[in-house]
Amino acid sequence: MPSRGTIVFVITAVALVLILNFKTPDPTKPQTGAVALATPGGPRGTQPSPSASPIFGGGDVSPVTGPSPTSPPSSSGSGLKPGQYTGQDIQTRFGDIQVRVTVSGGHISDVQALQLPFDRQRSQEISDYVRQPLHDEVLQAQSAQVDTISGATYTSDAYTQSTQSALDQARR
Amino acid sequence: MGTAIGLDLREPWIGHEAVDGFFDWLRSVDERFSTYRDDSLVSQLRRGEIASLIADPDLTDVLELCEEVRLASDGIFDVWAHQPDAFDPSGLVKGWSIDRGADILRAAGARNFCVNAGGDVLAIGQAQPGVAWRVGIRHPVEADKLAAVVAASDLAVATSGAYERGRHIVNSLDEAAPQQLLSATVAGPSLTFADAYATAVFAMGERGVDWLRRLDCYSGYVVTAQQRAIWTDPFDVILQGLS
Repeated sequence: MPSRGTIVFVITAVALVLILNFKTPDPTKPQTGAVALATPGGPRGTQPSPSASPIFGGGDVSPVTGPSPTSPPSSSGSGLKPGQYTGQDIQTRFGDIQVRVTVSGGHISDVQALQLPFDRQRSQEISDYVRQPLHDEVLQAQSAQVDTISGATYTSDAYTQSTQSALDQARR
Repeated sequence: MGTAIGLDLREPWIGHEAVDGFFDWLRSVDERFSTYRDDSLVSQLRRGEIASLIADPDLTDVLELCEEVRLASDGIFDVWAHQPDAFDPSGLVKGWSIDRGADILRAAGARNFCVNAGGDVLAIGQAQPGVAWRVGIRHPVEADKLAAVVAASDLAVATSGAYERGRHIVNSLDEAAPQQLLSATVAGPSLTFADAYATAVFAMGERGVDWLRRLDCYSGYVVTAQQRAIWTDPFDVILQGLS
């Protein structure tokens, strides 16, 4: 594999959006799902940096109801003041996550990721080469450079946390 | 609890219209299939409002897939489980929506992209020319570590586990079974099925590994409560060294 430094290979869009209620329903939350829009902060397709263009929609922030292009925002008062709010920098094992939430008309109109994990510069060090033996073995904990991780939902939680902290500011 | 969906698109010439179309589609799915929204199709169906069935071809598509997976999983994966008003296709809709969303990107000319939907991955094409996407499988106990890495090209990789948010998978036929595994990963051509099968294997417990061997096109990797990693023969092909 070529060194990571040579990869200017373009990530046109790392776009993130929260979709509520897939797979992990939490019956203790009586909320209706809130989906904020992933609205691009700028033209995508031109930004080579994975942390420059990502977009992200927030959810799990009842009673906020996310707007959508086809459904007009409800008139119920969300208590959110218009403006831009920067969420906490949430540290995850694979990097920091921080979002900026834009509130207009009482609703989240945009959530942008200011920091994302898997930033190439901050990727984990390549560690020792370990070849998985066949078929049945004692599980080992490994570190490795990867493009993405299956089973890792804590990054989702970090997005939610950062979004929530931004919204807490909006409610003040 | 929400799910973050990330799209890593490696082709600069794909316009943002395609990306917008992808996320618009996902929002549309969320609106129609949410179990929390009273006006969603799923809620209507729970209330016995059958008209919603006729109105939306996607719903009949999902219902057919649910039945297909239920039969394939010997009844383990059952969206109608327990009570008639408990219809919950969430475990299938996520993968299905990503598979369908990928078609939108493909139609726009995208050939190399990777979607991660709350830990379930669809890796299309390559991360860079000649190099497959490297998909880590989370270590079920040490959250900052990986259990394994697979090389994925045109492959879905889904993992079910109990390590976050408690156990949310119930096997109505064998309550002890889900505690036999810490996590179950299934890889194959469709995220719809990989995701549903991962859920089913996790629910089945250790016998899920044997069940996986009977499936065409899908392979699996499980971590047992004793922290042993067991994987089916085809899965060995995509397992990578960790450098």
